[in-house]
Amino acid sequence: MTIKKTTIVGQSFQRVESNAKVTGAAQYVDDLQFGPNLLHGRLKRSPLPHALIKRIDVSKAKALPGVRVVVTGQDYPGLTGLYLSDRPIFAVDRVRFVGEPVAGVAAETPELAEKACDLIEVEYEELPGVFDPEYGASPEAPLIHPNLGEYACAPFIFRRPGTNISNWFKVRKGNMEQGWAEADYIYEHTYRVPQVQHVPLETHATVAQVDGNGKITLWSSSQSPFAQRNLIAKSLGISHSKLRVITPYVGGGFGSKAGVSMEGACVAMALKAKGRPVKLVMSRAEEFYTTFVRQGLVAKIKMGMTKDGRITAMQNTYYWDAGAYTEYGVNITRAAGYSSTGPYYVPNVHADSLCVYTNHPIGGAMRGFGMPEIHWAIEQHIDRMAEHLGLDPVQVRLLNCLKDGQETVTGMPMHPTGLSQCIQKAAEAIGWGKPSQPSGPHKRRGKGIAAMWKAPAMPPNPGSAATIRFNEDGTCLVNIGGVDMGQGTLTIAAQLAAEGLGIPIEDVRVNTVDTDYSPYEWQTVASRITWSMGNAILAAAEEAKMQIIQMVAEVWGENPQDLDIIDGNVVSFATEESIPLKNIVVYGMQKPDGTWVGGPVVGKGRFMPTYVTPLDPETGQGPRAVVHFTTGAQAAEVEVDEETGEVRVIKLVSAYDVGKAINPDMVKTQMEGGAVQGMSTALLEQIILKNGQPLNPTFTDYRIATAVDAPLEMEDIIVEVPQDDGPFGARGIGEHAMVPTAPAIANAVRAAVGVEIDSMPITSEKVWRALREKRGANGNR
Amino acid sequence: MRHEISFTVNGERYDITVQSHHTLLQVLREQLVLTGTKNGCSEGECGACTVLMDGEPVNSCLVLGVEADGHEIITVEGLATDGHLAPIQRTMVELGGTQCGFCTPGILIAAHALLQRNPNPSEQEIREGLVGNLCRCTGYMRIIAAVREAARLQQADTLN
Repeated sequence: MTIKKTTIVGQSFQRVESNAKVTGAAQYVDDLQFGPNLLHGRLKRSPLPHALIKRIDVSKAKALPGVRVVVTGQDYPGLTGLYLSDRPIFAVDRVRFVGEPVAGVAAETPELAEKACDLIEVEYEELPGVFDPEYGASPEAPLIHPNLGEYACAPFIFRRPGTNISNWFKVRKGNMEQGWAEADYIYEHTYRVPQVQHVPLETHATVAQVDGNGKITLWSSSQSPFAQRNLIAKSLGISHSKLRVITPYVGGGFGSKAGVSMEGACVAMALKAKGRPVKLVMSRAEEFYTTFVRQGLVAKIKMGMTKDGRITAMQNTYYWDAGAYTEYGVNITRAAGYSSTGPYYVPNVHADSLCVYTNHPIGGAMRGFGMPEIHWAIEQHIDRMAEHLGLDPVQVRLLNCLKDGQETVTGMPMHPTGLSQCIQKAAEAIGWGKPSQPSGPHKRRGKGIAAMWKAPAMPPNPGSAATIRFNEDGTCLVNIGGVDMGQGTLTIAAQLAAEGLGIPIEDVRVNTVDTDYSPYEWQTVASRITWSMGNAILAAAEEAKMQIIQMVAEVWGENPQDLDIIDGNVVSFATEESIPLKNIVVYGMQKPDGTWVGGPVVGKGRFMPTYVTPLDPETGQGPRAVVHFTTGAQAAEVEVDEETGEVRVIKLVSAYDVGKAINPDMVKTQMEGGAVQGMSTALLEQIILKNGQPLNPTFTDYRIATAVDAPLEMEDIIVEVPQDDGPFGARGIGEHAMVPTAPAIANAVRAAVGVEIDSMPITSEKVWRALREKRGANGNR
Repeated sequence: MRHEISFTVNGERYDITVQSHHTLLQVLREQLVLTGTKNGCSEGECGACTVLMDGEPVNSCLVLGVEADGHEIITVEGLATDGHLAPIQRTMVELGGTQCGFCTPGILIAAHALLQRNPNPSEQEIREGLVGNLCRCTGYMRIIAAVREAARLQQADTLN
């Protein structure tokens, strides 16, 4: 691959939309104005985790003056789901989690809608629930989805009808007996990760309206306007061309706004609102447990290692606490399966990744898509084994980490990767092996490291498209279907378009998404946008550029190969002629004979990976499981207060191989934000569930990291081993930034005070108790 | 019940009727259509709705509209003067302190108030000054740096 010298790509431009965001001008869904005609939606929710619906009586709600719409599952019985259609818009005959919508109300005021919800009477017959995934996968567990076998399902999802297992991804590789025989030390342990929530500062917000011609418009705070159009249209049985999804600025997503969650309910209410717009905005409590959460995990790891640190075998079982509906979560289980070893070469593998229905909140995509969870287990396990064998954790990782061409767990040769470099650089930056001074007498410091890998988890063929249109003054409009939810899509799109066209970035304007005018994009997920959309933009720029150059070459009587566009001017290397893009990109050019050539310039481009293959359902093996892996490592230094168990993160180092940093400073902001989100989940976060009842759905009881909790110091290291099919070699970084953070911190805590915390989060209380036990065991402090 | 109130928002006087149960946040967003101020939790925990009331930062979701009667409110829309961004707005742009931007208005107001009462805050004072404002995107480091830089710019302005 040849990489052309760039002038815009590789530069740290400020975000193109910053000014709108610091002046209050940036509009999010709830900021859009719909006038006094607007109706306010509210959802009636199930108070029970698992029950049959015996009767719903909406008559009192309908009779309340000012109530315009009341809908229930009887009105819209269709099911939806990204990979497995198991989710209704409103519960039809059974509720499966606390907070499941059973009815929707739209009224003149939010207060009336709330009151009407209270007036809806629902009679339930409570059923026994499933609140633990290991139990849920057992034959004793009550069935949550008796119709699992009848749901529409993607071909790469392996469900088990008659059980609560909606996907079972298996790896059978090598010879396990041989692997155990070669090991000098075999260690087996169980780790746990609770359900947590994404906590975007903007909760889910939608407005839907149906015009007199039956055309539906949905304004949605979404990472997936096109997937929402697809899924909602299909579940309602309407044409895609009758549904338009508009996504303005999005106030954070982290996966929670991928796919569809509450948006269908808004559309369902609007369909009966006689042309009036209906707004549905989640309260913070609703956001915590009714849209999507991160799946919980019980991970059983068994690993064999030689005395010099080589991993000989791994037997991993992942029980995913996937919640009441697994339409999206089934693919997290799959991703965890094909990544089940972590970023290591392991010749003998036996892995089972089970997606288990529980009567818990719905597990969906969250930043890392299963990887922070499995790495929590794998990366702690490696440190514990290294210590037992008297080995250095960094050296063990360097020894085992995947090198170019080595086989991954699914039998795919690893592409060129900077993983070893990332581990080395992270260790170096944290001062590995060098003790640092604690700040007080009862405090201890420790350093920890964790490595990671993650591939974009998606169907084999998700597509991207882009168009570029020029304006009279030589500026251009880039239309994309990718969403900027804060990670920087608009800026990256502008840089790639400007670089591809040869014009200044100030001359590029990138539009937010409107499915009626933006070209297709599968979803803004999987850290795939810079890579996939980026390729589409470069193709569109190339097409637009060729239209311009061919026109100018014809008028000048030159060879197009002698022309280029530099800084907004077409220049000839042969004749040193030059002409600005202004006017000619719309009006064309006049030839010497007085006739015209050209016309409004419109470039279009698309990209879709074509090379991903299916994997064998029994062995998980296949030529190419995924498009690529972004790899990296993080190192943490912590200080633990031995008297209180408090953990303070002193320094976090991130090192990732991003292929090519299109905007290095924005890559670093992803690394920092992701690391702090990872730190927050590591130390603070858990949705506390008691028999399916969420006990802490407020910011008072569910703490996330504040400015005071953020590390004292952070360092971000960019490694660039180019991706063969990435734009200028780029790979994604959005999710990876939080994958190894929690185990790096856990390993640092262990190094500091010698306690092992198997279950996230590492609360002060857990550390304090573990310290007390340890002292008890030693008989002194 | 409805109440007549008179108050000043970003230097403009408003005489309006508000409902007794409506918060200042609702009045600003729904009646005055100043939508820069955001609602992140409705219970005073996230800080996205922070505005200045007589120069002091308040969670506008915890202040009733009627309580604003006779007071002076500044929202994010009022931070820039004559089209010139305030120092903290400039440094948040320059140092990458904003990502999704939803917490940004509240952070700007909180930081602005901090710099008013403490023109030269230490790093710890900056962190504590922002503790009531949650951000899920940035990890706070760039925001802290932006406040530090805005303090420096303001002091340079004062010296000039």
